[in-house]
Order: sequence, then structure tokens, then C-alpha cells
Amino acid sequence: MSKPVEIEEAKFDDTVLKSAIPVLVDFWAPWCGPCRMVAPIVDELAGEYDGKVGFFKVNVDDNRKIANKYGVMSIPTLIIFKNGAPVGNIVGFRPKPELKKSLDAALAG
Amino acid sequence: MTERQYDVIIIGGGPAGLSAGLYTARARHKTLLIEKGAVGGMIINAGLVENYPGFADGVSGIDLTQAMYKQAAKFGLEMLSVEVTGLKVDGKNKVVATSDGDFSAGSVIIAGGSERLKLGVPGEVEYTGKGVSYCATCDGAFFRDKVVAVIGGGNAAVTEALELTRFASRIYVIHRRHELRATKVVQEKAFAEKKLEFIWDTVITAVVGDAFVKKIKLRDLKTGKESELPVDGVFVNVGSQPATGYLKGVLALDAVGAIIVNDRMETGVPGVYAAGDIRSGSIRQTIGAAGDGAVAAVNAGKYLGE
Repeated sequence: MSKPVEIEEAKFDDTVLKSAIPVLVDFWAPWCGPCRMVAPIVDELAGEYDGKVGFFKVNVDDNRKIANKYGVMSIPTLIIFKNGAPVGNIVGFRPKPELKKSLDAALAG
Repeated sequence: MTERQYDVIIIGGGPAGLSAGLYTARARHKTLLIEKGAVGGMIINAGLVENYPGFADGVSGIDLTQAMYKQAAKFGLEMLSVEVTGLKVDGKNKVVATSDGDFSAGSVIIAGGSERLKLGVPGEVEYTGKGVSYCATCDGAFFRDKVVAVIGGGNAAVTEALELTRFASRIYVIHRRHELRATKVVQEKAFAEKKLEFIWDTVITAVVGDAFVKKIKLRDLKTGKESELPVDGVFVNVGSQPATGYLKGVLALDAVGAIIVNDRMETGVPGVYAAGDIRSGSIRQTIGAAGDGAVAAVNAGKYLGE
């Protein structure tokens, strides 16, 4: 089962923007309770969408520039990228079925 | 289906539900805790809980509830992450309907807590995550050297305002009343903090911006005067309501929708208990929720033994 990969600013363009498959990026920080709630759900989704969607995590504490670039002002924020562009944005904790629905909608769009 | 049959089902995984689960699981009752998100409840938004006994230096809401969960799981508490949609009582058998089908138990403890209220003003939904936030602990760092408003005057609101002083350059606390409802210790800290400015007797009527929040519109409740305040962020903390939508017509609720219980946490329906913020008269504190959970669990055990 694949797990989300923690990435840093320097690798963001190559791993996320140039990805051949859609990518979900989880913007989080260690001091954020809801982020820790959403993390196990994102882990499960990474397994379920293995091969179809890439899963990455960005710690906003260490990677402020990326968070700024995509207008992240609230965490957790999940952004779905397709062909290098954001196509979906989920702010705050959501139960798993709702997350799946948003992810599926962004993938279909 | 026997695998869906339990001695006790607990609805809600905050401090009340986790304490109840610790007690019933440790009493060897087969117990299922149903939580629509992950465990922790509303207190996970608290960066530091200073008034839960046993932690001299305070503890974060998430660390506290993770520890509660681990402790209950050790005694065999099962957990399921689905949403509860209904409760049906058929004598001794109670059926809990969920987004993943029905589960039954001899006793049910309802510890679903409350749902945060929203402002309900134009711009709130559009700017959520773009300056409007419901968690200062999570989002405060994005407002370094910026000007923010905190809406509300209760403990959670004023505590949020104080947390924001680590980041923001100026914090307006906008409150509909003329005095704070927060406890004295919190009030004293707030009034001593130079970065905080209080705007009394005032409500927010709109959130305005471009890509991000730029200002809020206000109305003075005494004079009726409308005004605008330039801010970069809006932290909403205007209270909460009991999450009892699916219980209307099943259990007796009070005027605000909280479940009416006696001092044994019994609802009017034998074998059904309520604990924590969701029950009428709750002090809405973590320690109270934990206590309620234990009371409900012990009495559920007695009921099952009858």
C-alpha cells in the first residue's frame, strides 16, 4: 500500500507539477489538530487510489512559500493538481466519504 | 447479523464518548464507538488545555484525546468512522442507523457533542480558507504581522484571540454583548494584552474582499450605526449547538436542542444515555464531559445487568 510522501519546496515543481497522473497535496502542520485527524484518511485514500493519484504532504511550517503561492491560509487544505494546475481545493476537516466525492469530482472535471 | 450486535454503542468520540468507552470496555461490555470523523471531538482545536486535572503544564487537546483513545482501545473499545443518521428503540434492543447500515446494542450512550455555529453572513462561505477561519491554533501562523478580527466573546473566542497575539499585529475582538462571557482568568489576560482591542455591542454583517478577505462590515447594536473595518483575517467563534438533528421526536430535547437527562445521565428512554456537551445543563468543559461519560457508562452497565 502506498503512503503519502512528504515533500519540500525544492522538489515541488518536479514531483507535483510535472506528475503524469493527478496529484493530491495535503498542506498541514504538526500543531494543527484537524490536520492530524485528516492524515489517516489521506493515508487510506493513498492506498485506494494507488497508481491513479499521487499523494504528497507539504509541512507549511517549513515550506511557507509553496503555501503562499497557492493561497493556503487555513489548514488542513487539500489541493488536487492535474497537469500542473490546481483543479480542486478542500479546506478543513471532512469525513472520508465527502473527501472521496470531492476527489472524484476533481478527477472527472 | 451478530457482528453488528454490541452490548453498548457510543455515538461520538470526544472526551465524553472516550471516557464512556473506557469504562464500558474495561467492564467487559462489547462496545462500539461511532465517530463520523476521527477521535478527539471539538477540544482538538485547543492548542493548550490548562484546566484538565493532572497536567501541571497544560496539554494540547489533540494529545489529551489521543491518549484517551489509546487508553480505551487497550481495553477493547472498537471504533468505526461513519455518520449516525438515526436511533430506533425497540424495547431492550436499540438500533443505530448509520451511513454504513444498522448496528444494534442493549444500551446506547449519546456523546455527539455540538456543532460549531457559523456567522451566516455574506462572504463567510466564499472566504473560508481565504481569510475566514474556525481554528486559530491551525491558522494563526498565516496571519503573521497582519490585522485580524475574532468574532465572539466566550472562552473559546477570547482564548483564540490570545493565541493570535503570537502572530497578528492587531486583534479586534467583536462581541455582541457589552461584556465577555469568558472566565475571569482568561478575561484578565485579555484586558492586559495590548494587541487586543474590544469592539462591544457589535455584530458582523458581511465579509468583503478580492481573492482574500480585505474588510468586514459591522453594525453597532445600540446605535444601529454601520461601519467597515479593514482586516486580513476573520476568526469565527460564536458558539455551537447540540448535534441532535437525528434525535428529534426520539428523545426529549430542551429549548436549544440538548438532550434532557437526570443525574444518572438517563434520557427518558431506558438504556439510552447522554453525556458531555450534547446533554442539557452541561458545563461544556472537557472534565465535565469525561465525568458525564463515566456516569453514563456505569449506569449503562447496571441497566445491562438487570
